Amino acid sequence: MNLFADALSWITDGSHWGGPGGIDHRIVQHLLVTFAAVAVAAVLALPLGILIGHTGRGRLVVVALAGAVRAVPTLGLLTLLGLALGIGLQAPLLALVALAFPSLLAGAYAGVESADRGAVDAARAVGMSEWQLVTRVEVPLGAEVILGGIRAATLQVVATATLAAYISDTGLGRYLFSGLKSRQYDEMLAGALLVAVLALVLDLTLAALQRASRPTTGKVLS
Amino acid sequence: MSWLEANRDYVLDMLVQHVRLSVPAIVISVVVAIVLGRVAWRWPRVGTVVLGTASLLYSVPALPLLIVIPVLLGIPLRSGLTLVVALAVYGTALLAGTAADAFRSVDGRVREAAEAMGYSRAGLFWKVDLPLAVPVLLSGVRVITVSTVSLVTIGALVGIPSLGNLLTDGFQRDIRAEIVTGVVGTMLLAVVLDVLLVVLGRLATPWRVATPTGGAR
Amino acid sequence: MGIEFRDVGKTYPDGTVAVTGFSCTVPSHRTLALVGTSGSGKTTLMRMVNRMVEPTTGTVLIDERDVLGLDKVELRRSIGYVPQAGGLLPHRRVVDNVATVPVLTGTPRGAARDAALALLERVGLDPALGRRYPAQLSGGQQQRVAVARALAADPNILLMDEPFGAVDPIVRRGLQDQLLQLQAELGKTIVLVTHDIDEAFRLGDEVVILRTGGIVAQAGTPKEIVAAPADDFVRDFIGADRADRALRTVDIDGRSVVVDGDGRPVGVLE
Repeated sequence: MNLFADALSWITDGSHWGGPGGIDHRIVQHLLVTFAAVAVAAVLALPLGILIGHTGRGRLVVVALAGAVRAVPTLGLLTLLGLALGIGLQAPLLALVALAFPSLLAGAYAGVESADRGAVDAARAVGMSEWQLVTRVEVPLGAEVILGGIRAATLQVVATATLAAYISDTGLGRYLFSGLKSRQYDEMLAGALLVAVLALVLDLTLAALQRASRPTTGKVLS
Repeated sequence: MSWLEANRDYVLDMLVQHVRLSVPAIVISVVVAIVLGRVAWRWPRVGTVVLGTASLLYSVPALPLLIVIPVLLGIPLRSGLTLVVALAVYGTALLAGTAADAFRSVDGRVREAAEAMGYSRAGLFWKVDLPLAVPVLLSGVRVITVSTVSLVTIGALVGIPSLGNLLTDGFQRDIRAEIVTGVVGTMLLAVVLDVLLVVLGRLATPWRVATPTGGAR
Repeated sequence: MGIEFRDVGKTYPDGTVAVTGFSCTVPSHRTLALVGTSGSGKTTLMRMVNRMVEPTTGTVLIDERDVLGLDKVELRRSIGYVPQAGGLLPHRRVVDNVATVPVLTGTPRGAARDAALALLERVGLDPALGRRYPAQLSGGQQQRVAVARALAADPNILLMDEPFGAVDPIVRRGLQDQLLQLQAELGKTIVLVTHDIDEAFRLGDEVVILRTGGIVAQAGTPKEIVAAPADDFVRDFIGADRADRALRTVDIDGRSVVVDGDGRPVGVLE
């Protein structure tokens, strides 16, 4: 338990804040890398997922892809790209985008597909175009599931961004690795706690967003 | 291939280590998750707390977990035990909800008839609930098996040997073939275990093979 | 002897009153049909016999012994139970479903299976079906298996919970005939729950019609009830005013022909 106290005092030590290697700086960096990777992956995956969900074509590919990516060791992807692209942000970013992609794709596809078929048919029957159908019926109704995909992807990326510090000087993971190497256990544990808290906060925020996105259909009386 | 040929013993050794770390973690996850899932199914209020905690734990990334656990338990960081515990915590967190769903998936009419015929409480669990929960449970076990096998590799970052060593060693020594071997080896192990699970699942649920719909009616 | 409900009542923890002050005796070898709409407490009453439900007031006795004094699991094994549709164990072959209770009570599996195959024949099924899983049988066949399963341990008492409710009318008729024939040979003490008054009249020696809250609207033999419905509720429930119940005879060419309320002939009075 002493180690936890050490880690906490390491975190609260003013000299570890501010400057290029400071905790505040690294938190922002970790978040920026995470959001950038999720955003890029979302731009690619969400439209594709929505298209697949809307047309029902290619769903087997989605399922297979989501399953296969789970089996890929993220560290392997990072190190391979690290060797290929050298030290810098490109390699981790590319790896993070690749890892976020399947969760987002699966979420978008499942969300659109989960939209009540009766409601979709009715919307088509009243004369909505396919575009209107997607934007006004399927996406709003599937929003909770789509956001679930974004949540899963974000968690995956936050975790992997920690590993990314192994191949490049990025984010909070750096404290982990430098503490490990120099046997500074307070620094290492501090890094671990910071990442854990960051991930928890992100997850809870996204969970709240997800709840808020539930279509308001009124309370079910019973 | 030449790298692999030259280092076959090393790779095999790491593969064995990998299996030794992942299989116990998976087995512990399954057993603990079944217990928690059963508790959550039986007492829904306790279940909400248990499953909520599990989902929170799951959102903690694996590497920090790997560092916090030895401090909490007072075991050395660089031991296989640390990794097994961390991965078991992770696997349990992921599987507990599925286990609760699995028990919920058992047809209430079947349970009730079994109880009325005179199954004891234990008999009801082992002979009725558990076998009938297998299909849903298995889908969750397959997920944690694949993710556990993949996560074992990060043990290499703190010095717990597995196929993950091929990734870190290959990176440091700039040997792409070594990393590729590590990645492919890990994925192959995951696939082999997954196929094994599917086969075991078939053997454990012959009634579903006979009736493709799997319905109780 | 037989089963006795002595002033039993059941109030669930949420305050729902399922049964109040119910008394009734089922003599050995007779069939009691409990009939009523949902919420009438009929299933609750039946389930008190094998302690799936325990009464909050009063006593249920089997052969003069309070069931609450008997071991729950042993009691249930000693009573045959025919569930509603879908109550077979889906993961056991038909033969093993039938052998369930004998195996639970220690009969060697081989012997239990042999007996189970013979029982399948007895309920009108080809023993070859024993190798199948329940989902591979039709709804009617499944309920025959359920009856065979309830008989496997040769219990004195059978509890039947809407056993034929989910099959179509023709199949139901066949199942009822089968049961009547078996009962003629075996003479079990049966408590049958049904919402189908025709089924209650066909199968029950005694019929108890229940209102919401487990209150007895009328009890008696089918004849007594049809001859003198106690009130409008019973009259309505048994369909006394229904065209096919109000039969009368007309004289055609010197023979007494029975016709229903709509004047359609249903038979000849001998």
